Amino acid sequence: MSALTPDRRTRAEHLVALYPEKRSALIPICHIAQEQEGHLTDELMIEVAELVGVTPAEVQGTVSFYDMLRIEPVGKYVVSVCTNIACLLAGGEEMLEHVEKTTGTRRGGTSSDGMFTVEEAECLADCDVVPCVQINNRFVRTTTPETFDALAARLRSGETVTDIPTSGIVSRVERSVGLVADPEVVAQERSALRASDQKATS
Amino acid sequence: MPEQPESSTTVSITIDGREVVAKKGEMVIAAAENAGTYIPRFCYHPRMKPVGVCRMCLVEVDSGRGPTLQPACFIEATDQMTVVTDSEKVKKAQDGVLEFLLANHPLDCPVCDKGGECPLQDQTLAHGPGETRFIEEKRHFEKPIALSELVLLDRERCIQCSRCTRFAEEVAGEALIDFLGRGDQVEVAMFPDEPFSSYFSGNTVQICPVGALTATPYRFAARPWDLEQVETTCTGCAVGCRVAVQSSSGRLTRLLGVDADPVNHSWMCDKGRFGFEAVNGVDDGNEELALTDPTRRLTEPMVRKNGTLVPVSWSEALSAVASQLKDAKEKDPQSVGAIGGAQLTNEGAFTWTSLIKGIVGSDSVDAQLGDGLDAQLVLALPRATIDEAANACTVILLSGDLREELPVLFLRLRHSAVEAKNSLIDLGPRTSALSAVAKVRLPARPGEAPLVARALAGDVAAVTQLKGHREGHTFGDEDLASAQHLLGEDGSGVVVVIGRTSVAEDAAFVESAARILHQRYPNAKFLPALRRGNVMGALEMGMAPGILPGETSLAQPGAALRSWWPLVPGIQGKTALEQLAAFGDGSQEVLLLLGADPLADVADGALVERALRSSGSLVCVSGHGGAILERADVVLPAAVVHERAGTTTNIEGRVSRLGQKMVAPGLAWSDWMIAAELAAALGAQWEFTAVGDVTDQIAAVVQGFSGISSNALAQPATRDGVVLGSTAAPTTAGLLDPMATPGMVSAEEFGLGSYAGIVRGEEQAQAPTSGAGAPSLTTSLSSGENVISPALDNYSLRIVGTHTLYDNGANIVGSPSLSALRKVAVAMVNPYDLDRLGLATGDKAKLRSGRATIILPVEADAGVLRGTVVLNANVTVHGAERRENPLASLVDSSLPVNDVVLESL
Repeated sequence: MSALTPDRRTRAEHLVALYPEKRSALIPICHIAQEQEGHLTDELMIEVAELVGVTPAEVQGTVSFYDMLRIEPVGKYVVSVCTNIACLLAGGEEMLEHVEKTTGTRRGGTSSDGMFTVEEAECLADCDVVPCVQINNRFVRTTTPETFDALAARLRSGETVTDIPTSGIVSRVERSVGLVADPEVVAQERSALRASDQKATS
Repeated sequence: MPEQPESSTTVSITIDGREVVAKKGEMVIAAAENAGTYIPRFCYHPRMKPVGVCRMCLVEVDSGRGPTLQPACFIEATDQMTVVTDSEKVKKAQDGVLEFLLANHPLDCPVCDKGGECPLQDQTLAHGPGETRFIEEKRHFEKPIALSELVLLDRERCIQCSRCTRFAEEVAGEALIDFLGRGDQVEVAMFPDEPFSSYFSGNTVQICPVGALTATPYRFAARPWDLEQVETTCTGCAVGCRVAVQSSSGRLTRLLGVDADPVNHSWMCDKGRFGFEAVNGVDDGNEELALTDPTRRLTEPMVRKNGTLVPVSWSEALSAVASQLKDAKEKDPQSVGAIGGAQLTNEGAFTWTSLIKGIVGSDSVDAQLGDGLDAQLVLALPRATIDEAANACTVILLSGDLREELPVLFLRLRHSAVEAKNSLIDLGPRTSALSAVAKVRLPARPGEAPLVARALAGDVAAVTQLKGHREGHTFGDEDLASAQHLLGEDGSGVVVVIGRTSVAEDAAFVESAARILHQRYPNAKFLPALRRGNVMGALEMGMAPGILPGETSLAQPGAALRSWWPLVPGIQGKTALEQLAAFGDGSQEVLLLLGADPLADVADGALVERALRSSGSLVCVSGHGGAILERADVVLPAAVVHERAGTTTNIEGRVSRLGQKMVAPGLAWSDWMIAAELAAALGAQWEFTAVGDVTDQIAAVVQGFSGISSNALAQPATRDGVVLGSTAAPTTAGLLDPMATPGMVSAEEFGLGSYAGIVRGEEQAQAPTSGAGAPSLTTSLSSGENVISPALDNYSLRIVGTHTLYDNGANIVGSPSLSALRKVAVAMVNPYDLDRLGLATGDKAKLRSGRATIILPVEADAGVLRGTVVLNANVTVHGAERRENPLASLVDSSLPVNDVVLESL
């Protein structure tokens, strides 16, 4: 039984084939796996390990190293508030406290309705729009409590905000270039070979 | 200075103003150490790749662009490099690194097991700050957490040197632990529900530079300054790892692997490391334990009177045995035989052989229990050393799973395949731990080894025959061709690891394969993969039918031996299995068991049961209790490993010293003393007063052992032993690196306890003349009879009898920490066959052979060949009694191969 959905499994297998060393595909495959449930479950990590030929302990080690790969379950929307120097001076800490109040959860936690996870972030590299806030890794540029509350209300009401992807998605660009041949070309070449074989035997 | 040629293998560097020569490619830290300058370190370990993570080894390095601080473990020594290890800048850097490492390290040294032998403690004292400036809260964790049944982790003590995770991945090949998290939150962790269950897990405890990893048997067991140490050789298997055995308050507490370059590179397996618990016995409860309890130590001689074993004096027990031997000597020497010998020291083996063969006159002595190989063949084949196997361009594996049978040999060969990219050709009947790194796999099913050998030797008919045998299989022509290519013209640089691929088939198959390979590839060398402790020493001492000490046949005894022995047996004796049969039908009256337990060790249960029902006299020489004692007529308690001095011989023929750390309990004697007393009762005048006298006698009369005297072996230069037949000078042991193996005391000071009382001269061990391939035994190389395995019918599966490290052996059962890890019996079958039979993993199935019908759970295992079923020897089904051994009850050792029918219930 595959823990990955069939289409993700296929994408993962294509990724493995892209690299000369199977384990090079570890992080890109973790991206795919994380899309599925917002975080990497044990079952997913076991499958990733099997795909790239390492042990689950090594996958867990890698996943735990990177902030954007998650082992713990998260809410539908992950709100990250920067408290590094530029944001701090612009009221990052106050912003974070406000977010905690609005979403009803402490930093590092997930709201009881599973809507929001709040976290304190290191510099997010958007220091000209401070304090910097991200939701599901996208800059939302809500620099005041009011703008944030408005956005939170929209999200809570179930409205789809196009800029904000589902939690867990790190990259929306699919890697499709590299050393892998187009499957159609391969199929054509194979059928041509088969045809010539048959000709030779008959 | 003179200009160095381009191809030179050395470079010249300056360390602290001294010009020294370093090997090209050597790291600065090693070059400095060889030159006598010690650079502090935590993450660097001489047997693993450098990573440069701890920064403790920062030194000033100038390669021409001015001095900068660089980690000495991570920078190669290059010509004209200048290194400064003691400048103010270096001292400040090292002090700073230690302050950082200590920021999160608890100061619980008084209750920490490492306290007193801790590299962090020692190096902080030498290089670190005297006081802490850290006033913040340190990190806290739940403690300890279990990484496995044997290894515990106190995470707050960890300094993230990554020695343990690197060992798991790089050396053992089982990356079951890795760092979790980042920054100050990093911890060593396993994956949930996937514990660090490695046969080598104890090594991580040994190399941990702080008290983060502890082993359950040693945790809170002793303080380092109370430990006494002796160096010895582990006889848990036949690899012969050099180890330091430590005790406290009269009990063994710990074993550490000594870095013996030709053998174990400081590694050990967990069976060797923790099996010492069996020597201690169960605390204080000895009197209460039944004689049949394998954890009970035997402390007094016993003789059966009116049906029960009663304690008697040594003289009474010995005279009971001596009178039987005397009777036999006068009437019919063939009525006496001995089984076992691999548990003995060389001295024990020599004295027992001299007693049975040279005084009583019976040739029926066999150190192997039907699970070995023909001794004459093993001794006659050109023998490889472990180093030669590890450096061979191609190694043929014709043996069981080495990780289960000879674990440290597995580590050496795995390293050779993974790091040096040497080629392995795996012929084993099921995938082993080495199959994954093997270049070619040409599996030989039971009975097929000679055919596969002939195919390798270029016999086309054999290939056709193999292909015909394999329904649903293809014998890969490409695989065969690449294997042949790897073997070259005449097998130069090739080593064949030869052992029993299955104990459920006739040994003749592997023996025949070895002869075929030897004839086709005459320059190939062979490394015997015989499992049991000192089995090679026993064979060298003549403990097999048809041979005499010094690798000679009965017909051609060496002159020195002939003059010392009153007589030489005229008739070839019986093997262990033949002796058991003869004892069962009454034609052999006396059977001596020298540390052997046929109930556990012989793969033919019915044969053993029949033997035990006979009326003959059964004499058990053993250190531990066991079910076999229910039948014993005389019990002679023997000292076991760590309780006796002497020498032992490993698979490559390396003779090394055994150190004595403990005094044997009660009245138990060393094995050689028992034989010597019996010999005296039969009129021999051996005049041995100490074990060294026996060693010297071996050197004097056994061909091949000349020069290997007790004096010669007591020299520091021969710490790692002397290889029989090798002309190379013995390797000199390297300096002890206290940071590589914390807790080990320098061998020079404490390691020479094995020959207490002997005046040490400056005598050097001379390279002994080779006995290997002596003319009288070479005949066994050519006399290859054609063994034929019957065709397999469509309903049966052929049994592959394998070994597992954690079986019901005495060391495992007697050690509480290992006993819990014992494997249970399960029938491993290829998923295809299992599907065909309508079974799934976990189901119970009926296994029916000509001998018995038993019920076992089955398990799908893709590493098992179709048409075969793999059963481990000496294991029981869950909860069953120790003597209910499924493999032994199914196997008939008189058949060339054994088949079973597997059915669902």
